[in-house]
This record gives sequence, structure tokens and C-alpha cells, in this order.
Amino acid sequence: MFESLTESLSNVFRKLGGRGTLTEQNVQEGLREVRMALLAADVHFKVAKEFIDKVTQLALGQDVLKSVNPSQQIVKLVHDEMIRLMSAPETPFPWNSKGPTVVMLAGLQGSGKTTTCAKLARWFSKKGKSPLLVAADTQRPAAVEQLKVLGKQLGIPVHSEEGGRPPKICERALGVARETGRDLVILDTAGRLHIDQALMDEVKEIADRTKPQQIYLVCDAMTGQDAVTSAKEFNDKLPLDGVILTKLDGDAKGGAALSVRAITGKPIRFVGMGEKIDELEEFHPDRLVGRILGMGDIVTLVEKAQETMDVEKAEKLQQKLRKADLNFEDFLDQLAQMKKMGPLKNLLAMIPGMGGMADQVDESEFKRIEAIVQSMTLKERRDPELIDGSRRSRIAKGSGTSVQEVNSLLKQFRDMRKMLKGMGKFKKMMGGKFGGMPGMGGMGGMPGMGGMRPR
Amino acid sequence: MFKGVLEKLKQGLAKTRNAFRRVRDLFSGNRAIDAKLLEELEEVLITSDLGLSSTTMLIARLREAYQAGRVKDTSQLYDYLKVELKQMLTQGGNVVRMAAEPPTVVLVVGVNGSGKTTSIAKLASWFTKQGKTVLLAAGDTFRAAAIEQLAIWSQRVGVELIRHQTGADPAAVVFDAAQAAAARKVDLLLVDTAGRLHTKANLMKELEKMHAVLGRKIPGAPHEVLLVLDATTGQNAINQAKIFHEATRVDGIFLSKLDGTAKGGIVVAVKNEIGIPVKFVGLGETPEDVEAFDADKFVDALFAE
Repeated sequence: MFESLTESLSNVFRKLGGRGTLTEQNVQEGLREVRMALLAADVHFKVAKEFIDKVTQLALGQDVLKSVNPSQQIVKLVHDEMIRLMSAPETPFPWNSKGPTVVMLAGLQGSGKTTTCAKLARWFSKKGKSPLLVAADTQRPAAVEQLKVLGKQLGIPVHSEEGGRPPKICERALGVARETGRDLVILDTAGRLHIDQALMDEVKEIADRTKPQQIYLVCDAMTGQDAVTSAKEFNDKLPLDGVILTKLDGDAKGGAALSVRAITGKPIRFVGMGEKIDELEEFHPDRLVGRILGMGDIVTLVEKAQETMDVEKAEKLQQKLRKADLNFEDFLDQLAQMKKMGPLKNLLAMIPGMGGMADQVDESEFKRIEAIVQSMTLKERRDPELIDGSRRSRIAKGSGTSVQEVNSLLKQFRDMRKMLKGMGKFKKMMGGKFGGMPGMGGMGGMPGMGGMRPR
Repeated sequence: MFKGVLEKLKQGLAKTRNAFRRVRDLFSGNRAIDAKLLEELEEVLITSDLGLSSTTMLIARLREAYQAGRVKDTSQLYDYLKVELKQMLTQGGNVVRMAAEPPTVVLVVGVNGSGKTTSIAKLASWFTKQGKTVLLAAGDTFRAAAIEQLAIWSQRVGVELIRHQTGADPAAVVFDAAQAAAARKVDLLLVDTAGRLHTKANLMKELEKMHAVLGRKIPGAPHEVLLVLDATTGQNAINQAKIFHEATRVDGIFLSKLDGTAKGGIVVAVKNEIGIPVKFVGLGETPEDVEAFDADKFVDALFAE
């Protein structure tokens, strides 16, 4: 997610970083590019303008111009402002102590409400709750059927009625939940246009009758400038508690999230990361902004890695990574670990500077790389510098690949080491915010990536 | 900063919504075309999702026309923009290509939630009204109840449907549908597909396979590949169009959900940058809510309130 915005901003900052001192002129030039990146990411025109104005103001203050390392400070300014824009105080989930807790989802057609309902049901049932799904979308043909199928997959009951008005259906569902001992009711409402007065009144009536503890607006990450218009209408009509951003597993830059946050003042709570029922994650502004600014989503990656990685090995690897003396033995280890972590491209998207590659990678290419490494001797794997011309052609023959492929893998591997060395610097640059980077071991599989040909 | 943005936006939203009216005010006055006006125009074009490069291009052309004396002041601005945009959008035609020998096969693709299934119902209704016989193929075997949804539409519109079970190979559905279309001598076969984010390589390959199967069963098929694009979509539409075009070739856009407040300006960028024209517009939830793309109407709506 946010790959291209990440790249545009990285370019800007590389530019800024390449200059010795900052002048008013190049601060403004840099921020102009940030503005363009924001607009290209579908951040609303006015939100982008406000954001840039604010950062310009901050950047042109004395501190920046007099500071020892001005470009880094601008990166930090943009970073901190964006975090501020996206952050919200953490509030505990408001469980209803007197009866079933009600969660309601609303949004435009096609934003992903039904799928998200199922994901939420699974999310909460994993936390020990027993949800009841309510099919209140009587509008779209077979929407009820869709929720029933999903409920069946999850083993979670679905309340639906033939005919009947959605507000009544939802109200009755509360009674059903009480009778059947379900402590959480998730309402799937019909998609509706924010300008459809009758349907907007209906969704308000549902809220009035069921008094949800949480009402979420479901918003498609691919939405453009109109995100502010629809979000505002929903926010005016319903007491929204938060936003769920869907389809972030694609390559949409998702700037709509910033717009919606700004216009409604409501926090993003969850993000949808795929079509499978368990692909829902809590929203973390720092991770998101980290991604926007080209630092990748190290934290998520680390968490994923920790779930699946052998801790001892991870620590060893982490040390190696710090010293940047990774070898191909570690690579093979990592390959095995990574396979446990899920699709490669999801991982790639989290890694700084690799975002753009995520959608170019063909997973089957991985096998070729594995074959190349397997064709090296133990000695070669431990000390890749050994690999000369004749060894390369032997490895190519052994793995059924070409010398070019072997070369490109070795080159990538060297670049990777270089990059790891650079990481130490980068860490300092960000004021230690992303400090420790514990368990960066999850990244060990990276060196091979470059050997993959773009699709 | 956040509070500031919020307040300003809240106050300013009425203005945003009336951005086009403001521009129309600009159009009618006799203001000179200066930097401030161009900036306001930029805002109008960006907020209707035209995107940066198309917006920049239009403004550069306008500036050129102004310097060459072809546009003298704001009273001529509207006509100028309308002509430019219309020319851009209609170049190469906006009509569905029919096969020389029926059946014409139309493959409908798009990302999740763009409105493919509803759009197919609309196309079925549209072609039926033109006296054509239509057959549908339920190629979305992935999403829960997608087949049921299309089945309900096919009954409402009164056309037949070729379907397999959920989870079946969509290429097999397409195979059967192509055979049935040829045997029943229908005029059109409309093929639904599962929504897929264009970044999922394996799903795009599946689409290529469906495409290939159609071509083997019926020469030249699919004769038309329509990408359903949600009018609320922002700049990501360009990536969508590009990658779907690489996978299956895309001949036209079905612009769905244009009955909201989104202007769908992204189709200007898609035409501009990828060369794919809009062919249909979806305007509501019933099968009748479909129109062939009309550039005049579209551009007028772009500059309406």
C-alpha cells in the first residue's frame, strides 16, 4: 500500500538529501513535489493544500535553516505532521455490559461492507466473542445469500428475514442475539449513495433503533477526490465512530484515508488487506505513515516474522544484519521461514524501498533463485565473494539457469548488504523513532528478490 | 494542524461542492486568464479526479490557446475546454465493436466492488432493447453468492444464464457458455468475471485463460473487453486500466455509479494515458439505468455543480 507515494516522497527527499544546505527555495520546491505526490495519491485538494501550508510554515522556521542536518529535519516534519493527522487517542472498545454489543457498518456500494462484516465477525470471535451477523442489505440481489455463505464458512450464525424493512430486521436481530446468547451483533447494511435521501434516512433509522456501540464507515482505498463528499454526508447523518479502509492489498495509494480522516475527524480503525476472511488488520498510523515516507512497514513485518520465526535464529540473523555480513546459508534459512509468513508480495510491500516491486514479483521466480543457491557449495554460500567466473557457470548449469541470472542474484546480494549498512544511518536519521528494529530477521529473505524478473 | 484542516474543510466543503458553479461564474465573466484563474481551474479539474498530468496538460493547452489569441477571456473558456475534452474523449469512437458473424462476445472485467454484475445486467437490458438476443455467463465463481446475484438479474431482465457451481473453474464456464452461445445462435454473449485487484498476478492469469478459451471457441472472441470502473475511483484507475489492458486488452470503459457526486473525471486520464475510451455509463441500480457514453453530456456534468 502507498507504494507510489512512498516512491515519490523518497525521490523528493533523496533530492533534498543530496544538497548541502536548505534554502527557502529548495524547501518549497521539495514540498511542491510532496504536494504533487499527495494529489497523485488521491489526497483531497484542500487537505493536501493545508498539509503543505503547514509543513512549509514549520520548515521555513529558523530551526530548519540553521540546523545541522536540514533535509533530515524536513523528512521528520512531514513524517510527524502526517502522523499527527492520522493519529487518534486509543480508546478501549466500548462493550455493552447490559446486552449484546452492536457494531454497524455503512458505506457506498461496492466499498466492501459484506466481506468486512465477515472479517470483523472472525476478528471478534478469535477474541472470544460470539457474534451474530445480520443481513440487513435487502437491496442488492443475493447480498443476504452472500452473508449466509460467509457465515457458514465461519461457523457464525446469520440473522436474515424474507422481506421486511432493514430497521425492523436489525431491531429484531438484537432480540435474537439475546435469546441465543450472542454477545456481539454485526449489522451489514445495504450500500447506498450519500445523496439518496430515502436510503440515508433508513440507515439513520437503523442506528436509532439499534443504538450501536460502534458505527463504522467502510471506505474503499481506491476512492478519489469524492471521498470527502460521501464521508461528510455519512458523518452528518450517522454518529460515526471510525472508518474501515478496504482493498489496501492492491496498489492504491490510499490518500483517501487522509481526506476522510480530515473531513470526518474520525479515526481509521481497521484496514482490509485481502479477500480472505482473516485479512483484516488494526490500523496503525505510525505504520501507515512509515510506509508513506518510504520507511516501509517494519513493525508489521517484524510482528509477522515473530509469529513464525524461530526466535534464536532470528536473533542470530539480526546480529548478522546489523553487521551486514549476511550469507547465502542465512538466505536459505530465511527462505524457509518466509514461506511460512505468507505471500511474498505482502511482505515486500512492507519493506522500505521494495514497495514498488511487490506487484512485479512472480512468486515462481523464487524457485529459480532457490535452485541457484542450492547449486552453490557450502563454502560458496558462506562466502559469496569466492564465486568467480567458472563457479558461476557451474552454478548456472547446476540450477538450470543462466550465468546472467546467477550474476544478477549475486549483484542483488551485494546491494542488499550495502542497503543494510545504510539502514543504520537511516535509523539515526529518523530520530530513533523506528529505533531498535527488533527482529529484522524477517528481511533476511530479501537479497534474492532482485534476481526475480519483473513479470 | 489537524483541527485546522478539519475546521477549514468543514467550512469549505460547501464551496468544494460548488466548485463548478464558481468556475461557471468564471466562464461567464470577462476575466482575463491569469495565474489565479488557472489555479482555480486546476482545483476544479483535480477535485473531479482528472489527475495531475491530464490537468496540467489541459491547462498548458489553454495557456497556449490564450497566448495564440484563440481564447481571449473567460467568456470563451468554457467552450474551449468543452471542445478540448470532447475531442479527447471521443477520439477513436465510443461504440461497441460487434462481430461480423454473431455471437459477439463481451468480456466484463474489473476490480472488486466496481459493479461488474450490475453492469452486466444493464448491458443485457440495453442490448435486449435493441432487439438483440443475449446470453449471460456467470464467470464469477469465486465470490459468495455472485452466481445467485447474476441469476436474479438474468430473471429480471429475461435473458438466459450459463452457470456452474461456486468454486468451479471460470474457464470451464466460459467454455460452456461460448458453446451454448454458438449453438443457440444468440447475438451477444456477456461474460461476468470475478472481481480482482489488478495486482494479483495469478488472478490476472486466470483472466488471460478465460480470454484464450473464448478465442478458441469463437473466432475473434472476445470482441469487446469492457473494464467496469467505479466513478468514485481516483488515480488508481490508471493502474487498473493499464494492467487489465496488458492482461486481456481492454476496448472500453463501463463507467459505473455516475449517479453519485463523483464526476468520474479519471476517465479523461485513462483515455489520455492509456487510450481506452468510455463506452457506457451506469447511473443507478435498475437494469435500465444505463446509457451509451455521450461526451457532451459528460463534459457538461463535469462542469455542473
